[in-house]
Amino acid sequence: MIRYLPLIFKNALRSRRRSILTICSVAASLCLLGVLMAIYHAFYFGQATPAQALRLVARNRISLATVMPISYRQKIQQVPGVREVMIMQWFGGVYKDSKNVFARFAIEPSRLFTLYPEYITSEEEKKAFIRERSACMIGRAIADKYNIKLGDRMTLTGDIFPVTMEFTVRAIYDSADNNETMYFNLDYLFESLSARRRDFAGTFVILADNPNSVSGIAKAVDDTYRNATIQTRTETEQAFQLGFISFLGNVKVFLLSICGAVTFTILLVSANTMAMSVRERVREVGVLKTLGFTNASILGIILGEAAFLSLIGGVIGCILASGLTYLVRQAPAFIMQLKTLNLEPSVAALILLVGVIIGVASSFIPAWNASRTPILDSLRYSG
Amino acid sequence: MAIPLAYNLRNLTVRKTTTLMTALGVALTVAVLLAVLALVAGLQTAFQASGDPLQVLVLRKGSNAELNSNFARASYQDLKFKNGIARNQAGEPMVSLEMVTVINLESVDSPSGMNITLRGISPIGLEMRGGLKIDSGRWFQQGRREIVVGKSIAKRYPNAHIGDKLKFGRGDWEVVGVMSAGESAVNSEVFADLNQVSSDYNRSEVLSSALVRATDPIAAQALINDLKADQKLNVDARSEKEYFASQTSSAAPIEFLGIFVAVIMTVGSCFAAMNTMYAAVARRAKEIGTLRVLGFSRGGILLSFFIESLLLSGLGGILGCILVLPLNNITTGIGSFVTFSEISFQFHVTPVIMVIGVLFGVFMGAIGGLFPARNAAKKEILVALREV
Repeated sequence: MIRYLPLIFKNALRSRRRSILTICSVAASLCLLGVLMAIYHAFYFGQATPAQALRLVARNRISLATVMPISYRQKIQQVPGVREVMIMQWFGGVYKDSKNVFARFAIEPSRLFTLYPEYITSEEEKKAFIRERSACMIGRAIADKYNIKLGDRMTLTGDIFPVTMEFTVRAIYDSADNNETMYFNLDYLFESLSARRRDFAGTFVILADNPNSVSGIAKAVDDTYRNATIQTRTETEQAFQLGFISFLGNVKVFLLSICGAVTFTILLVSANTMAMSVRERVREVGVLKTLGFTNASILGIILGEAAFLSLIGGVIGCILASGLTYLVRQAPAFIMQLKTLNLEPSVAALILLVGVIIGVASSFIPAWNASRTPILDSLRYSG
Repeated sequence: MAIPLAYNLRNLTVRKTTTLMTALGVALTVAVLLAVLALVAGLQTAFQASGDPLQVLVLRKGSNAELNSNFARASYQDLKFKNGIARNQAGEPMVSLEMVTVINLESVDSPSGMNITLRGISPIGLEMRGGLKIDSGRWFQQGRREIVVGKSIAKRYPNAHIGDKLKFGRGDWEVVGVMSAGESAVNSEVFADLNQVSSDYNRSEVLSSALVRATDPIAAQALINDLKADQKLNVDARSEKEYFASQTSSAAPIEFLGIFVAVIMTVGSCFAAMNTMYAAVARRAKEIGTLRVLGFSRGGILLSFFIESLLLSGLGGILGCILVLPLNNITTGIGSFVTFSEISFQFHVTPVIMVIGVLFGVFMGAIGGLFPARNAAKKEILVALREV
C-alpha cells in the first residue's frame, strides 16, 4: 500500500480545483462537527476541576426560584463528610444598564474562600472584603470590562428584590474559569429587606471533605428533608450547572441531530466528488490493469485518494474549529461550560477518524465499480 | 437567442445521481436553517397569541416578571376604581388579582423535573383570558384543592392527567380538567383557585400581579401612564402583549447556535455546488463548443450554466423544505428565564419560512454557479470542440 502513496498523491493533484473545493467543503463541515462535538463534550463529558469535584449545591426541590429556610444549614452541616456550608443567593438586578450581564450573588464572605479556593486575590483584599459589610468582590473580567478599580462604588437596582444596593469594591479576584461574577455580603442584603422577607437561602453550597463522599452527602441531605414541607434537591455543582442547559430546551437532541445532518452532508459531498473523479478515469483504470495492477490495488488507490482528501479536510477543519472555540471562550456567556470550551485531542482525533471513514465509505461504490470493470470495457469507455 | 431551459433540465435529469446528491447536500443545509426558524416562529406564535393588546399587566415597580412581583390585596381595591377599566356583563370591573409561582413536574424528557408556572386565579381572571376553554374534565371549584392543567402539560407530563394528584404547597392537588387557549402560553400553565393557592403559600395578603382590561386602546395607554405615575400603588404597568413579546428572547441561545451552524454549512454547500458545476462544465466542453458553433453567444452560455446551477440548488431548497415539514406541529419546550418555567410550543413551518428556504437554496446555487458558468463562457470554440 505504502508504495502507492505517490500515485494516490498524484491522482489527488490531477484536478487541483476539484480537490481544493472538496477539501474546503469537507473542512467546513468537519469544522462545524468539531465545534458541536466540543460543545457536546463540554456539556455531557466535562471533567470537574479538582475544586469543583468537592462542591455540591442544595436547592429547593421545586425550583431555583423558590427559597429554603436558613435554618436548614445546621442539619446540612452535621451530615458526615461536610466540611463547610455557605448560603448563596442569586441577586439578579441591573448594573447601570440591563445589557450589562454578569452574575451577582449574595454570599457569606467569611466562608467563600474555603469553598472556592480557586479564587485568587491578595490577603489584604480578602480581609477588607470580609470585614466591610457593604463591600463587594468582582472578577477580573468585570473590572476590566467596566473599568472598575478597588475603592470604586457600584450600584445595583434589584428586580427580584425590591431594593437598590450600593457597594464599595474591596477585592478583585482572578480565577482560571470564572472571572465574571460579583459577590457581596448576604447580611447586607438581609438588612436592606423588610424584616418579613429576611432569612432565607436560595442555595446552599456544600464543601465535601473528599470527592468520594460527594454522592453520600447528596443523598443524606435530601433524605433529611424528605418529609419536610420544603424538600431539597442536592447535586454536584457540575450537575447543577447542567440543569441550566436543559433549561434552554432539548439541547442534546438539537446538537445530535445537527451533527447527524452535517455528517450526512459530508458523506454526500465526498461521494459526489469521488464518483465524478472515478468516472473521468475509467480509461486510466483500464491502462493500469493492463500494466498488471490487481482489482484490489486499484480499489485501494481510489479509496486511499478519498481518505487522503478528507483527512486534509479534517486537519483544516480541526484547526478552524479550535479557532472558533477560542472565540467562544472570549464571548460573555452565562453558560459556565462554554467558558472552558476547548477542542480536546480526543475530540479532534474523533473528527479526523470520522473524516477518513466518511471518505472511504463514500468512495467505496464508485471505487468498487471501477476496479471490477473489465479491461476491454474500460479501455473502450469514452467520458 | 437564449439557450432553452429544457436543455438545462435535460442535463440535470441525465446525471441523476450527481444532481440528486448535490441537491441533497443543499437540502440538508436548508433544512437545518429552516428547523431553527420554525422553532423561533413557533415560540413567537405562542407568545404573540398570549397577549391581549387591551389588557394591562400590573407588577411591582422594578420587577419585570410575574414570578418576582408583589401586589397587595389592599392595592387591588384602589386599582379597581381607576378610570378606563372595562366591565363585564355583570357590571364588575375587569381586574384580576393573580398569584404566580412555579412547581416542579417530572417528564419523560427530564426525569429531574421541569418548572411549570402555577397560577392562582379567580373567575374574573378566567373570563379575561380570550379563547380559554375546557378541553376535557371541568374547571376547579373555588375553595377546593383542584387544578386545571394546560393541554401541552397534559400531553408532555405523564403525571398530570385528569384524576392524578400533584403534590405542592401544603399537600395534594387533584387534576380535574385540561384547558386550552389557542396557542397561547396558558397551554403550558397550571390554574387553581386563587384563595386556595395563596393560603397554601402563606401569601393571602401579598399576591403577584394584577391584570386589567381597558375599554379601548387609548384608555389602555392612559391607564398604563396613570398606574406608573401613581405614587401610592408604586407599580409598573405594561401592555400584556408587550410582556409576552419580550419573552421571545428565550430562544436566543438556540437561535444563535442554529444560525451559526447554518452559516458554516452554507460555506460547505457552496463549495460542493461549485464542484458539481465545474464538473458539469468540464464534461460538456464539446457541447459548449457545439453551442457556440450554432451561434449561441458567450453571454447565453454563461446565463444557461448559471440557470442550471440555480435550478439544481432550487431543487435542493425544495427538498430541504420537504425535509423539515415533518417537524411541523411537533411540540417541544423551552425554559424562559423571565418566568423561570417552561413554555411548550410547536414548530411552525410557515409558508414564509419555506420561501426563505428555497431562496436560500437558490442563493447557494448562485454563489456556487457563478465561477463555473464564467469558466464555460470563456472557452474558445476550437479548443472546446477538441476536448475529450
